[in-house]
Amino acid sequence: MVESKIAKILSKGQFLVSGEIGPPKHADPSEIKKHATLLKDYVDAMNLTDNQTAIVRLSSIAAGVHVLQAGGEPIIQMTVRDRNRIAIQSDLLGAYSLGMRNILCLSGDHQSFGNHPTAKNVHDVDSLQLIRIVKDLRDEKKFACGEEIKGQEPRFFIGAAANPFADPFEFRVMRLEKKINAGADFIQTQCIFDMERFERFMALVRERGLHKRAKIIAGVTPLKSARAAKYMQQSVAGMIVPDEIINRLEKASDPKAEGVAICVEQIKHLRTIEGVAGVHIMAVMWEDIIPTIVKEAGLYPRPKVE
Amino acid sequence: MIIAEGKPLVEVAGLIKDAKKVLVVGCGGCVTVCLAGGEKETGILAAELRLLRKKEGNPLETVEVTLTRQCDPEYVEMLNKYVTDDVDVIVSLACGVGVQFLAERYNKWVVPALNTKFAGGTVAHGVWEERCGLCGECILYKTGGICPIIRCSKSILNGPCGGSQGGKCEVNPETPCAWQLIYDRMQALGKLELLMEIQPPKDWSKSRDGGPRKVVREDVTIDG
Repeated sequence: MVESKIAKILSKGQFLVSGEIGPPKHADPSEIKKHATLLKDYVDAMNLTDNQTAIVRLSSIAAGVHVLQAGGEPIIQMTVRDRNRIAIQSDLLGAYSLGMRNILCLSGDHQSFGNHPTAKNVHDVDSLQLIRIVKDLRDEKKFACGEEIKGQEPRFFIGAAANPFADPFEFRVMRLEKKINAGADFIQTQCIFDMERFERFMALVRERGLHKRAKIIAGVTPLKSARAAKYMQQSVAGMIVPDEIINRLEKASDPKAEGVAICVEQIKHLRTIEGVAGVHIMAVMWEDIIPTIVKEAGLYPRPKVE
Repeated sequence: MIIAEGKPLVEVAGLIKDAKKVLVVGCGGCVTVCLAGGEKETGILAAELRLLRKKEGNPLETVEVTLTRQCDPEYVEMLNKYVTDDVDVIVSLACGVGVQFLAERYNKWVVPALNTKFAGGTVAHGVWEERCGLCGECILYKTGGICPIIRCSKSILNGPCGGSQGGKCEVNPETPCAWQLIYDRMQALGKLELLMEIQPPKDWSKSRDGGPRKVVREDVTIDG
């Protein structure tokens, strides 16, 4: 039985729209609730990041509860940086018990980027092994140690990340295949600015038939300014931002509007690429702009799911 | 070998600030090769400590000895005649193993003069790099002779992660991405398909996670 809302939408071949909420660096959930309420009619699901860039934030699973209460569909992100296989499986059981149905399995940004650079990282398992653990919990009703789950098993729709802009380029598609072999049902990509490289990536994906085995959701990020674009270009690991985008933002009289226009253009183009099953809008610190982008991209209203 | 480097002089001086006489013990093993704790470094450290204390008007007496190896009780015994009642502190220039062997043997306050860094090798004169994570179960046959456990900053067994760009690790632009190296080598050797095999979670109980490890070779043990 498929319980995930996004699994239902994708299985019908409908173009998925997901958004992202970065939980706050404090214990007040009002911002999460506000964003979830604002976004729930414009996106089919919302990712809750897991201490992104290794900065301590309200937990992704707790944030997912607030999203559910606001009427949204959470995709909880889970990194292997901070948890060993015991904590991972415990959190998966807990998250499922609280109503979470979607997970995105990640390595996690290295702790040296965050606000606790002297922390010990865990990396007991890697993101690929995490995918397999989530799949075995669901399909084999088994814990990672092989022990049987006597009772309700957590049944997650399993997501994984792919970064077409990291190296080695040729191996990116092989690793995506590996993630699908491990059990990934859907893939969310790193934000796409270099469309030419993404198209080459998708050509290799189609060559291997991977788009038929997992749903590829293309990541986009609206940029507020040329400065934000330069920051992405220079300081964010595994990211390619072409100069052309920076030039457009620099020349624009209203850079925010230009950033939205670029993002909408990207979404419209991504919809034409065979094998792209949806878009994931990562509006970092700019969640309020998502409804505008979804409407302008012609993706509103969103499909209703029973 | 085990690579170590000297602690800052003021730190070592602080560790022995109440001592009047110290025994400064070097090691002829790995730390001699990596120029951190051999006879030469032992002499230099002792001289520097004496000089510092002289300046402070609180002279220090030092005795310097360099053992063949501090990680072997047979050689540690050679220290007996130097460990006299008036020695207040023993300063060890060995790795953490040597420091502990001295502390186990003698009823004296033993302090480390080095920071033990890693298991590695010499890559250029004066440059040493980590190569082995001492995980207890070698998988180098799966990765073309390049260790992802210690050379990947996330110890990923199914790499590379999304932070590999231009052959470098996201953590440090000077650090090669171990998985780029593995990819290049597997490709050069025509074994790229081996990387498609999903590596299962590692058995970390064979690493430090299982508690202090012990190797027993019964064929060479001498039963008392």
